[in-house]
Formats: sequence, C-alpha cells, structure tokens
Amino acid sequence: MTSIDPSAPLAPTDDPVRGLGNESQWQLTWRKFVRHRLGVAGGIVVLLIYVVALIPEFLAPVTLEAYNPRYTLAPPQPFALGVQVEGDWQFRPHVKGYEAVIDYNSGRRIFTISDEEIIDIGLFVRGEPYRLLGLIESDLRLFGPLNAGDPFYLFGADRLGRDNFSRTIYGTRISMTIGLVGVAISLVLGILIGGISGLFGGLVDNLIQRNIEFIQSVPSIPLWIGLAAAIPANIPPLQVYFLITVILSILGWTSLARVVRGRFLAMRSEDFVKAARLDGCGPVRVIFRHMLPSFVSHIIAVVTLAIPGMILAETALSYLGIGLRTPIVSWGVLLQEAQNVRTIASAPWLLLPGAAVVISVLSLNFLGDGLRDAADPYDD
Amino acid sequence: MTSSDTLLDISDLSIDFTTRNGPVRVVDGLTLSLPRGKTVCLVGESGCGKSVTAKSILRVLDLQAKITSGTIRLGDSDITALHLDSPELRAVRGGKIGMIHQEPMSFLSPLYTVGNQIIEALQLHRKIDAKTARAAAIDMLRQVGMPEPETRVDRYVFELSGGQRQRAMIAMALICQPRLLIADEPTTALDVTTQANILDLLRRLQAEQGMAVLFITHDLGVVEEIADEVAVMYLGRIVEQGPAAEVLANPKHPYTRGLLASMPRLDGDFNRPLRAIPGMVPAPANRPSGCPFRTRCDIARAGICDTHVPEAVTVGTDHSAACHALGEFASQFALPATALQPAAVATNVSTAKALPLLRVERLTKVFPIRKGFLERTVGHVRAVSEVSFTIARGETLGLVGESGCGKSTLARTLVGLHRADGGTITFEAEDGPIDIHTAKGAIARTLRRDMRMVFQDPTGSLNPRMRVRDIIGEVLEVNTTMSRAEIYTRVEALLGEVGLSPDYATRYPHAFSGGQRQRIAIARALASNPRLVIADEAVSALDVSVQTQIINLMKRLQENLGLTYLFVSHDLGVIANVSDRVAVMYAGRIVEMGATEAIFHTPCHPYTEALLAAIPGKGRRMNPSLRIEGHAPSGGATERGCAFAVRCRYASTQCRSSVPVLRPTGSGQVVACHRADDLSLASPVRAA
Amino acid sequence: MLSFVIRRTFYAIPALIAVSFISFMVIALPPGDFVDRLAQERAALGDTMTATEIQSLRAAYGLDRPVLTQYWTWISGIVLRGDFGYSFSWNLPVSEVIWPRIGLTVVLSVASLLFIWVVAIPIGIYSAVRRYSVGDYVFTFIGFLGLAIPNFLLALAVMYVAFTVFGQHVGGLFSPQYVEAPWSWGKVMDLFAHLWLPMIVLGTAGTANVIRVIRANLIDEVRKPYVTAARAKGMVETRLLLKYPVRHALNPFVSSQNDIFVDIISGGTIVAIVMGLQTTGPLLLDALRTQDMNMAASFILMLSVLVVLGTLLSDLVLGWLDPRIRYQQG
Repeated sequence: MTSIDPSAPLAPTDDPVRGLGNESQWQLTWRKFVRHRLGVAGGIVVLLIYVVALIPEFLAPVTLEAYNPRYTLAPPQPFALGVQVEGDWQFRPHVKGYEAVIDYNSGRRIFTISDEEIIDIGLFVRGEPYRLLGLIESDLRLFGPLNAGDPFYLFGADRLGRDNFSRTIYGTRISMTIGLVGVAISLVLGILIGGISGLFGGLVDNLIQRNIEFIQSVPSIPLWIGLAAAIPANIPPLQVYFLITVILSILGWTSLARVVRGRFLAMRSEDFVKAARLDGCGPVRVIFRHMLPSFVSHIIAVVTLAIPGMILAETALSYLGIGLRTPIVSWGVLLQEAQNVRTIASAPWLLLPGAAVVISVLSLNFLGDGLRDAADPYDD
Repeated sequence: MTSSDTLLDISDLSIDFTTRNGPVRVVDGLTLSLPRGKTVCLVGESGCGKSVTAKSILRVLDLQAKITSGTIRLGDSDITALHLDSPELRAVRGGKIGMIHQEPMSFLSPLYTVGNQIIEALQLHRKIDAKTARAAAIDMLRQVGMPEPETRVDRYVFELSGGQRQRAMIAMALICQPRLLIADEPTTALDVTTQANILDLLRRLQAEQGMAVLFITHDLGVVEEIADEVAVMYLGRIVEQGPAAEVLANPKHPYTRGLLASMPRLDGDFNRPLRAIPGMVPAPANRPSGCPFRTRCDIARAGICDTHVPEAVTVGTDHSAACHALGEFASQFALPATALQPAAVATNVSTAKALPLLRVERLTKVFPIRKGFLERTVGHVRAVSEVSFTIARGETLGLVGESGCGKSTLARTLVGLHRADGGTITFEAEDGPIDIHTAKGAIARTLRRDMRMVFQDPTGSLNPRMRVRDIIGEVLEVNTTMSRAEIYTRVEALLGEVGLSPDYATRYPHAFSGGQRQRIAIARALASNPRLVIADEAVSALDVSVQTQIINLMKRLQENLGLTYLFVSHDLGVIANVSDRVAVMYAGRIVEMGATEAIFHTPCHPYTEALLAAIPGKGRRMNPSLRIEGHAPSGGATERGCAFAVRCRYASTQCRSSVPVLRPTGSGQVVACHRADDLSLASPVRAA
Repeated sequence: MLSFVIRRTFYAIPALIAVSFISFMVIALPPGDFVDRLAQERAALGDTMTATEIQSLRAAYGLDRPVLTQYWTWISGIVLRGDFGYSFSWNLPVSEVIWPRIGLTVVLSVASLLFIWVVAIPIGIYSAVRRYSVGDYVFTFIGFLGLAIPNFLLALAVMYVAFTVFGQHVGGLFSPQYVEAPWSWGKVMDLFAHLWLPMIVLGTAGTANVIRVIRANLIDEVRKPYVTAARAKGMVETRLLLKYPVRHALNPFVSSQNDIFVDIISGGTIVAIVMGLQTTGPLLLDALRTQDMNMAASFILMLSVLVVLGTLLSDLVLGWLDPRIRYQQG
C-alpha cells in the first residue's frame, strides 16, 4: 500500500432500523386504510350520511309533516343551476314549476313540468322554526324556494303532497341510527358471550358455540316477522323503535360473538400474552392491556359490516308494515307508499328512498371492507 | 471442468421483484453451473435469493418475480427462453428436473392421496396405464424407504409422519427419473435424526440414479455432509464457489469465513467463543453499493468496496471468490489478524460444587386428551414425567431433545405457564427456598422477578401495540413500586446492555429485525434483575450469524450479571457451545444428564449416541448403523418399559417391561438405561 | 364415512326440537291471541262478542290451556300423525294449506340456488384468475351492488320495469287460469315461465356473496405452495387450476352454501310477499297478523326444517369432499 490514497477501513455498521418505528398501531392502521380507496370513499359518504342524520331539520327544505293537497303525487322537478338569457348563461339556481290538468277519468291531477314558470332556489332561506340538535333555535334552512310556499319537490311528492326529498332526509336519522343502536346492543351481547366463550373454553365454549350455530341456522326474516308482528299496535312509537332494535339484535349478536371468541382464543396462545402473564399481569390487566387492544380494530370492522344488515332488515320489516310505523319515519316506512306495481308505475319516484338505502349500505360495506383489510397493520 | 460434464448452466441470471416502490433486484447476475451426477450446495442466510434462484430454474416463480436477464441452459435449450405454457417447458418440469421443498405438508395437497399425486407426476411424462403407474408409485415409495408402501400409497399427507411426508415428496420428484433434483431446504423442518436419514437417502438415490442435485441450505453442517461442490450466496450473488472440502477448509471470502466462524462446532473446544458477523442481511431494496457484503465486513475499505462491484477471482482449482481483497486491490487490504480476537469470555468455572439455585424433583405434567361435545377426558399425554434435576448458581444447563420430547413443556411448567401435576420445584431465593407451587403474594412477586423466560419467536413474544419501553418495563410496573421515570431510566440502561441504542425505547417492535427483537426480549427478561433465565429455543428462529450474536450476548450477560441459564434447544451445536451441563430428553423423561464434555464425548444412553451420530457433517465418518428409524412417540412418556426401546438397537426384554431410572455411571453423568453398564457407546464427536 | 353421516344426522335432531319449540313460543307467548283479534274485528263492525262467547271460542280452539300443553298437542300431532293442527282463519287443517306452499318454496329456493351456482361459479373463477382486469372490477362492483339492494326493492324494481316496458303484470308463480287448476304439463310449464323472475331477484344477493367467496378463496389458493409443486411437476395450467386451487376452494364454497341457503329461505319470505308468490311468505304474514297460531308456527317450523336439512346436506357434502373432516370427526 504505497501510492494510492490510504483507504480508510469501513466499519461494519449497526443493524438499520426500519423507518422511524414510532408509529403506533392506530397510525399504521390509518396508513393502511388510506391506501384502500373504495374504503376511504365509503367512509366519506358514511360520514356525510351521519351528518344528514344529525341535522335533517336544517338540511330538509320543509318539515316532515308539511303537505300540500294541490300537489299530490307531483313528479320530481329537474334542478338547474342557471338559465339561458338571450344566448348567455346566467347563474340562477331554480326548478321548473308545474302545470296541472285534472284527468276526469281517474279524478287525479296529471302534472307536467312547465317550461315558463321558474321557481328560484336560494341558500339559507327561512322556514318553520325548529331546534337544531334539540339545542339551537333557528328557522334557517340550507336551501329552499326563495318565495316561501312555492312547490319544491326534488324527489316528487307522495299521495298527500308531502315532499319526498325532505322526508327521505328525515328518514336518514331513524334508518341510520337503528343500525347503530342495533349493532351496539349486539356488540354488548357479542363481547359478553363471545368473551365468556373464548376465555373459559371447554364445555362452556362448546355449549355457546353450538347455540350460536343453531341461531345462525334459523331463517332470520320469518323469525323477525314473527317477533315484530307480536308488538302490540297500541304502544308508543318510541318503544316500537327500541323493540325493533332489540329484535334485530337477538339474531345479530352471533357473528360478533364468534369474532370476539375467535380472537380471545387466538390471543390466549400468543407468546406476548404469556410473557405478560410471566411479567405478573393479572387477568384484568392481561385482557384490557394486551388482548383487547389487539383486536379492537377487528371489532370495529366487523361492527361496520354488521350495520348494513340491520338497516336492510329494518327497511324490509317497515315496508311490510310490521316494523316502525308513523309518525316515526324511516326509509322503510317511506317505501310503504310504494305498496303495489300500479302505484309505482304512476309514481316511480316513491322508490327513491330505496336509493338512499342502497347508497348507505354500499358505502358502509366499502368502509367495512377497507377497515377489515387495515385491521391488522402488521401482516405485510 | 469441460462443458460436456455440465448439466445445467446458469449464466448472468438476474431476477427482480415488483414492489409498491418499484422493482427490487433479488438475484443479481448469478452464474453457476451444475455438473452431472454431483451435488452442489447453494448456501446462504435467509433473504439471499436461494429459493428464488431454485424456482427460476423451473420457471415457477411467484407472480411478482421476473427474470430480467441471463440464461439457464439445460443441454441445448435455454429455459428462460421457453414460453411459460409450452410443452417443452412442461417436459423439463418434473421430467428432466424434479424438485422437493422444505414443507411437504404444504407442498402436497391434503385433498388427494400421496399415491394420486405421485402417479399424476408419472402420467404427465409417460404414456402409461393407471395400473402400471400405481405399481411404479409403490415401487418408488419402497425405494425412498417408505414403510409399508402398499398401504401408504393410499394415505393422505396429514396421515404421515414428518419424515414419511418428505419421503413421499421425494418419490414424487424422482418418479420420472429426472437428471437434476432441486432440493430446497428439504431437511430444515425435520428433527435431526430424521434429517440424517433423509440425507442418507438422498445420497443413496443420487448414486443409484446418477442424477445431479442442487441442494439449497443455510446449514453448513448439511453442506459438509452432502456437498461435492458448494456455492455461497449473499444478496443475490455467488460470493464464493468451489469444491466443498476446499471451500470449507480454506474459505476465502469474508462472508464464508464469517459463516464458518459463527457456526457452533463440535470438534475441539465446545465452549470456544464464536465470532459473529455483525448486523444482518439487508433487505434487497437496500442493497449496499459496491460489494453488497461491505456493511458487515471487517476488512472493507472505503473507496474500493463501496464503489466497485467485486469480480470473481480464481483462488485455487475450481475455487473462486468475489472479494476485492483477493483481486487487483489486494495490496490495499492489510492482512486481517490471523487470530480473530473475540470478546474474551471467561472459561466456565467448574460448577459441580456450586450451590443449587433450582431444584426440580419428580416433576410431572399431564395433558388430558378431550373429545366430544362434553369434553370428556379420553386419555392422557404424559408430556413431562417424573423429571428431577438441579441447576447450580451461575451455570448453564442445556436441555436438548427432538420436537415433542417435552422440553418446552418442562420449561413452561417451571416458570408457571403450566400447572404441574406432580413433583416439586424449589427455587433458592435470597431469603430462603421458595416452593413454586405454593408461592403467593409478595413471595410470588419475588419469584416472578427472579425467574424469567425468553421465548423462541421474537415477533410473537413482543406485543406489537406497545412501545419498547413499556414492554421491557412492564415487569417493573406490575411488581415494584418504581416510578415511571425510574422505570424508563432503567429501560434505557438495559437497552444499552443488550447492544441497542437507548433511543429505541420509544419505538414499536415492528421497526426491528428478528435479532434486535430478541435483544429486546432479553432486555425484558433482565429488567427485574433475575437470577435464573429460562431460554426456550431462544435462538432457533434466527439466522446463523444473528444466532451467534445472541449467544455471545447471553454469555456476556451471564458473566457480567452472574446469571444462571436453563437453555432449551433442539440444536446440539448450540447446546454444546453454551452449556456447562446437558440434559437429554426423550418422551417426557430425562434419559441422560452430565457435563457437556461427558455427554458429547462419552455418551451412555443409546438415544444420545443416535442423536450425536445424526449431527450433519459427521455422517460420512460414522457407521451408518447408528441411524435410528421412526420418530419420537407423540403420546409422551410410557408407563411400561423404556420409551426408546422400539427404536433402540440394544433393547432387551427388560427394556420393554420396566421403566429405567436415572443412575450414575462411571464417566460422571447420570443415565436412564438398563444396559448402560454393559454397553460401550461410540461418539462421533472427538476431543481435539 | 358412514359413521360420519349418522353422527351428523343425529346432531340435527336437537336442532329440530329447539326450532319447533322456538317457532311455537314466538307465536304463543306474546299477549293477545286469535280470539282477541277476532273479537276486536267484530267490535269494529259493531258486533261485540260476549265474554261467554269469547270463552267458549277459546275452549273450542284449545287456547285456554297452558302454553306448554298447547305446544305438546301441536308438536306431537306433527310428529305422530303429520297433523299440523287447525287453521283458525282458514277453517281448514293447516296441512292442507301448508304442503303445496312448502313444495313451491322448495322449488323456488332450489331454482335460486342453481341460478346462483350457474352464474357465480364461473364469474368467481374468472375474477380470481383475471384479477384486477376490467371484467373483475365490473363483476366486483355489480357484486357489491347486489348485496346492497334489499330483496323487496329489487322485486319492486323488476316488477316496475316489466309493467312499464312489457306492459305485463308480473306477480305470482302461475297465470290466473292455472292458480286453482290441478297439476298438469301446462301448469308445470306455466310455473317455469313465471319462476325465472323471482329466481333472479332472490338469487342476486347470493350470487354476489358466492362470487366474493370463490374469488377470495381462489386468490388465496393459487398462491399456495402445493400449486407451485404441481406446476413444477409439469402440469398444464388449466388442468392444474381445476385439479388443485379450484378443488381446494370448493370446500369454503360448500360451507358457505349454508348461509346462502338460509338467506334464500329467509329473503324468499319477503320476495314472495312483494311479488305475490304462492309460496309460504304471504300466508305466513297473514297468519301472523291474524294470530293464526298453528298456521304461523307450522310455517316457521317448516322453513327452519328446510334450513336444518340444507345444513345437514352441506355438512355431508363437505365431509365427502374433504378427507381431513372425514378423518378427524368420523
């Protein structure tokens, strides 16, 4: 080693640490979830739907009960942002008015959309006073006809001339919360029973599992119909609401219980749980510090995927007339209007609350799928 | 060698993986030729691209892998040029080249009988009717040493034992008499005695059929046992290749030298300190520039190793290595000190007279077998049966045995993960002996601090949802009155002690490699200043270089902190290296126990003898009659006769009727064998 | 294998007993009975029944006895004599009403199941093999949609389209002239002509489910080591796909048929009500509304029996398909 530059020895380097390693489980889960685009899209829609459920009074142009017999079964009015004035486009949000002709054969009004009459739509118009979230008194509405009292039926009108759009918005509150409440009850049952099954094992576990298998093999809808039909006709609507959620949860807890049990069983044999026992952690600390945090994310995903089933079931029961009843309005109750083909053929817009069901179920499913995929951020 | 001797010629092969962050090169310009009728071993740690190379020869790579350049020539045809769905390629697969894998359980379908799958392999390449094919399959099973091939042919893979499964897979690969057999870690998942049998079988079949074998392994002992030639792979490249005897005796590349130095050896001084390669194999995405090994190399030079990719240099007959220290820059590398000086580890003091720390007497653990809806108990497995031993202060007791012998159950019963069904465990705490069974309250807390455990799987044993400092500090949080700040200070000190930066305290386990995680697990075990640490296969899941790092760390800690170890392992080399005394377990009982030297040099139990004879790398020098057939019983300890009698060549009628008890022998150990006095057993392990 | 079959069949018996008990209790326990309902209706018409009249009517129907006695009378009649009791509102033995309805329910359910298989299996395999292709995305999206649309809404939509586009009133399983007619070749053909619409409506959600199950499992299976091993033997890809991954994916598919069948029976109730099919659904709803106890309980019981039989069948098929299950449990 003479002429060339004195090559310094390269010291062996320490093991590199991957990334910063400072991300907690939730940060990792979030990162993985964000990569699931459908899941994120579903999540945003679900969020919006729950906002609607929270403040329908502000978002709906008219109140739930507002009706106008002049516009029974009026079709939806097309909405436009502007008008053509002498070839120029002008910003002027509006809907078209109606022209009504009485059909003397059927005795019904036949509506056509008028080309001349323009009903201007504005933001933050005043309407009936209400209490937002039960607290804030207000009479502001997000949007509505500038000239109060003009017909404004984005989703058409029902047979009493009520605004289908406003009613669908109000229905959001009941339909979306019944899923949440139902799942909450199922969750309590599921965690309790699944936890007992998974923690005790043995004969208890076996008994509970056979029962769950049995319940899952009972055809749910006939049983639901049977239970729902048994609710007396004369009890208050709010009680009906809770009874229906209880009925839906009676069969709904089983899948949650299975997940909880499966996780507890898997956790019991995890080395880090054994290590925690050797560290001297008591059963309570082992369960709440080591086991539960490991599968909370899985439970959130399963819960999200269980909500759509509840919504669908409530809609079906209410549609059959044995679920919720007026004055409580859910999407299923609204769909009762579309009881036979003839009605639907003459007023197909009565099926529009069904679209709300499909959109919410779809986005909850997307969200749930995304959450399920992200629930275990360590497996890749 | 001349080209007519070459069967398969891989030239400049590169394979990329498609990942979310773009392509990553996993095999980088690999050149390797396989001579006819010989065994070539491809050696390296995990993540070096060995399996990918093997799969590329048959073009059965996973979807994300793409061959980007190079040729694989078999005779006149280039396999890389064949269309994936061409008859030519199918004729190669299974016909000209057969392949066996590590895990027969997952490489054979559980839905078809093994016979079905073997016959299918035959009928894909030969026009042959079902009856003849079946006869051929049975014949093949007989050739691979399957007992009762006529009935086994109709069995499903899950009905066979581990060794039988591997034999079935070998039969499937060889039924068409291929010219080349690719064996991808075929013995890694097997017990050492079964591994020895399978290696014998492969060697015999190779000689009989005159085929070439490409044998992929991470175990240099297996290389020594079976290889004619060896190619050492690191990060997708061959760094050294040549005749096996030459490469193993006279390694040139620092990586090969490092691998050999870090492997526990049984010739010479067992306890000789091992020299570990620092660090770990980097992920292919972080391939270092220049020589890929430079980040772990103790002779690497800046300006050369980090800028120039080394070319293979001929260093002997058919022996080449790719290292700058051997090539044109050789003059710039000061010769590394010939005697590599590891951290001095004190030779283990004689512990025979030391005070006992743990006394185990007639310990029994029985698992009930439950069945049916009511969970009725229909039988028992005596996983641990009347085991007695003591561990003295400051010593390391090695507990060795094959899978299912009860060694892990024993370890777990000692720390209290299982409740013993009989016997006593007494721990000599500072203020007097503690009976582990009856310990409660403050005494139980003392015990939990004094006796700690390190698990096998460093990924599973750390809660991924907790920060490192909370994982390590939990034992202090639960059992002491230390404040959070005090605990964190202690955790940082512990991290330093196990060779990690104190900055790592706030990170989560997922940021660390396997070796680093095991260091964290050791720090957790040490947090409460324990006196006894039970290591249950603590280094078995690690690559050889990392394994050595952990072994050295544990030895250093033992010396510094005066620890006592119970070291459980199935790896005889590791056991020999770390232990002062060794206990050999078989079917729930200790069959032999004594000083390490005595056990390895003068075994007194036929099972110990068979275990030692099965250590790979020794087989060629051994009498093959020392091999044992069959597998350890799964039902735990027997209550009539010696459990080993059915596999023991020396068994007498007495062995089948009464259970032997441990008693002292002339050479200083205790042994449970009726014939211990009249047998003179051989050890393949000779003193230096 | 035989012992496996016997054991599985034996397991079904407690399930059936439990189902019968629950079916009956769901109807019998809630307050009010058929006679109350009748009295209310009469009262609404201005014809108030006296307490004695009500009492004697109850006694005639056997509603004055304890619930358990009523259950025992009902279930022992079914088991021993095939007698499902008397329908109060139809004034007929329940069995005369129930059997034709059950028969049509089975026909519709099996047709829907076949529809699901025929459509979903090829699509599932295609989606898994051509993963992330345009076709896969399209089918996946349709699948999601199929799961999100409630059965009855789909039925309404289909009927609406048929009515407005084809001017045809679709509903029921028969043309009017065949409804009361005895079975004939013409009636069978008429049934098939009407069956396809409810079959599709009922099969949509199941199809979406099966596509998802097959796709997910097949994607897992094609990555398994035994596929690599089979490929390394020199198998042709299509044959390899069918012999190994598809065959392996068949097991989770078969076990998922259980839930699918439950959903078909379950959802069939609502679809039948909406589409006016001559199956169990509409009568069950009527019976529940009028608290016609024997009728309602018998319907729920028979639907559950169908499900239990379906479960048994799929368990047996699974045992036949998977040697691991045979050997571990039988």
